[in-house]
Amino acid sequence: MINVALPKGRLGEKVYEMFEASGYECPSIKENSRKLIFENEEKGVRYFWVKPSDVAIYVERGAADIGVAGKDILLEYEPDVFELLDLDIGKCRMAVAAKNDFRDNPNKTLRVATKFVNIAKTYYASKGRDIDVIELNGSIEIAPILGLSDVIVDIVETGTTLKENDLSPFETIVPISARLIANKSAFRFKSQAIEDIAEKLAKLTEDRKETK
Amino acid sequence: MIDPINNDLMKFEESLIFRLRSLYKGYGYLPYKMSKFEEYDFYLNNKDFLTSTNVIAFNDTDGRLLAMKPDVTLSIIKNASEEQGCTTKYYYNENVYRVSPRTKSYREIMQTGLECVGDVGVYNMCEVLSLAAKSLGMISEDYVLDISHMGILAGVLAEVEADDAVKSSIVELVASKNVHDLEKLCEANGISNDVCNKIAALISIHGSMTSVLARLDKVGFAGEAANAVAELKEICGVLCAEDGADNIRLDFSLANDMSYYNGIVFKGFIKDLPDSVLSGGRYDRLLHKMGKSLGAIGFAVYLDVLEPLTGDGKEYDVDALLLYCDEDDCGKVIKAVEAAREAYGTVVAEKAIPQKLRYRVLLKMDKNGGVAPVGKE
Repeated sequence: MINVALPKGRLGEKVYEMFEASGYECPSIKENSRKLIFENEEKGVRYFWVKPSDVAIYVERGAADIGVAGKDILLEYEPDVFELLDLDIGKCRMAVAAKNDFRDNPNKTLRVATKFVNIAKTYYASKGRDIDVIELNGSIEIAPILGLSDVIVDIVETGTTLKENDLSPFETIVPISARLIANKSAFRFKSQAIEDIAEKLAKLTEDRKETK
Repeated sequence: MIDPINNDLMKFEESLIFRLRSLYKGYGYLPYKMSKFEEYDFYLNNKDFLTSTNVIAFNDTDGRLLAMKPDVTLSIIKNASEEQGCTTKYYYNENVYRVSPRTKSYREIMQTGLECVGDVGVYNMCEVLSLAAKSLGMISEDYVLDISHMGILAGVLAEVEADDAVKSSIVELVASKNVHDLEKLCEANGISNDVCNKIAALISIHGSMTSVLARLDKVGFAGEAANAVAELKEICGVLCAEDGADNIRLDFSLANDMSYYNGIVFKGFIKDLPDSVLSGGRYDRLLHKMGKSLGAIGFAVYLDVLEPLTGDGKEYDVDALLLYCDEDDCGKVIKAVEAAREAYGTVVAEKAIPQKLRYRVLLKMDKNGGVAPVGKE
């Protein structure tokens, strides 16, 4: 039995559809219920929904054998897991954004508001830039508007939220997409089953790329 | 006399320590007891060889800066002899103090392991790998010992003309079996398809010793990498004929957090435990840095990660709870406890029933100083 941690929400539903299309369906998951765990014994899979930012923890600690997490989560928390596949969905980018009229003054410490403290620190350290990280848990866009920070480091999908708040993305830090991850110990004991899943998902991903 | 190995007073990992000691002693490894503290400078000078650079430091009464030891190997190899054709073999059972990558705070980690230092050859490497496999077998039948050779990836990377940051990114990608980002990184840094394909092959090839070695031949490694493959083949040739060969696999993702290893590296896993329980490898570079032209190989078993194997213990805290009151004669209570111990096993005497105590039988004193059960068992 392979335990699969899926990220709750729109991305998770897309991910489940990919598993379903690869032959790992579990019809009960589509029933409208409050259940969190779904199993298809015949196919050897057990799915459970968890908060997207927790998927990596479930997999790293072995509660799930595999899972799907955004690259943003993997870069931020650096879990000790295998990253087996880029599923090419949930695509967006980690970017630096600021007010439309922002001009960076390299003579001053840059105040950076973000949920992704580790990513921000690593990015600016690589550029040798002195920053003051302000950790926020939501509504990051408001920080530069109220003067709390000079810039924000956040996920940008379409850029609509930024635009509506008179903000613009200035630099792309890294492209983001959903990744299939595996627990390093579970991979060694269930390698055939996990590799079968990864292989089928890889084929599906390639086929979808070609039809785009 | 209590049998330390089979006594049920012991937790699983406690009895394991005795069994491992007995195993290592059987192969001529001598016990090594070290001080809890070392000179801080010693670790500072060798920080590249520590898994974490964080060390708990403090001043001794004379002002010297000391450290709680974060590592055992460094201390042991100071005593290695340089006799031709000989090795110094030690085993240990020590606590080390390291920062946990998960909690980002210090933890005390109980380690048991061994080191073989000196004129290390293929026999010594096979012996240490075989002892690693036997150690894992003592923990569970469901184990995997993964072996890799750092020389293969190092040999391939030696061909790459890129800065060290790119090379360490490649090592990280190999450690996480991440082929998709490896391809992007190689393309962005002008690394040839041939080199990229070789590294990708190292990521995707893993499994039993015979199947992996056959597939490695087809990749076409050269130079240092080919020498490493040849050494790996020689070792696997010996191990294939040993008991437990089915539990030994080759996996080249064993690359990260192993900066001080230069040849054979290995990690042990137990089914249903999420982390590796054993880690080791060849670390000649550390000896060379200390000015000794010796070889060295060793491993450690992390006993703290074995705690889940102990289970939740018995259903009851004690077999019997004996209730007495202030009016009872103390001498009679002591005799009653002795009698209850004979009849039931473990006994605790209290004046009231403790809320959280789980007991199998409730006993009361009778007028004659005897004990009688109250209600059903």
